[in-house]
Amino acid sequence: MAHSTAWKRYNWRLIWLSLSYAIFLIAAVYGFKHQLVPNGLRYFVAVLPALPIIGIFGAIGRYLVEEQDEYVRMLMVRQVLWASAFSLSLATVWGFLDNFELVGHADGYWIVIAWFFGLGLGGLYNKLTLGESGC
Amino acid sequence: MENRLRVLRATRAWSQADLADRLEVSRQSVNAIETGKYDPSLPLAFRIAELFALPIEEVFVSPSRRSSGAI
Repeated sequence: MAHSTAWKRYNWRLIWLSLSYAIFLIAAVYGFKHQLVPNGLRYFVAVLPALPIIGIFGAIGRYLVEEQDEYVRMLMVRQVLWASAFSLSLATVWGFLDNFELVGHADGYWIVIAWFFGLGLGGLYNKLTLGESGC
Repeated sequence: MENRLRVLRATRAWSQADLADRLEVSRQSVNAIETGKYDPSLPLAFRIAELFALPIEEVFVSPSRRSSGAI
C-alpha cells in the first residue's frame, strides 16, 4: 500500500494552510506597516497569521482520526508526543532563565517553531528505535 | 509479541508488500509486526489470522504462555 488517502489529504491540507499562512502574514505585516488596518480590525488582522497555524494542529488531529493504518497512526502519535514534550520543556526552561534575566525575552510563537522541530525529532526517534519500519 | 508471520508469508511466497496489500495496511506495518517491534490491535490480529485461515494462537505466541515455558 502506498501512502494512504488520509496521508494525501493531510498533505493537501498542509499545503493550503502553509499558503494561507504566507498570504495572511504578508498582508498583516503590509497592513500594519502602511497603517492600512482600521482600529476596529487591529486585533483580528494581528491574529490572522495564527489561524492557519492553528489549522495545522487541526489537520494533524484530522489525520490521526482518518488514518486507518494503526501502526502508521502510532508513529505520528509518538511524533506528536515528542513535539509536545520537547517544546513545553524548552518553554519551561526558557521561562525560568528569562525570569532570572539570564536570557533575552522570546516571542511566544517560538514555542510553535520548537513544536514543529520536535515533530522532526520524533520522526528521528521513530527511525532510530524502529529502523526500517520507523519511517 | 512473537509470531509466525514471516514463516506463513514465506509458505505462500508473498512479499511484505503482497501481505500489506491483502491486509490493507502499509508495508512498514507488516515489517514492524513481523520483527516484533509492534503488537497489532486485536481486530488487526484477527484479520491476519483469518487471512491465513488459522486460529489466532497459531499466528501469535501468547506472551504469558511463553514466559511460563508452556511453549
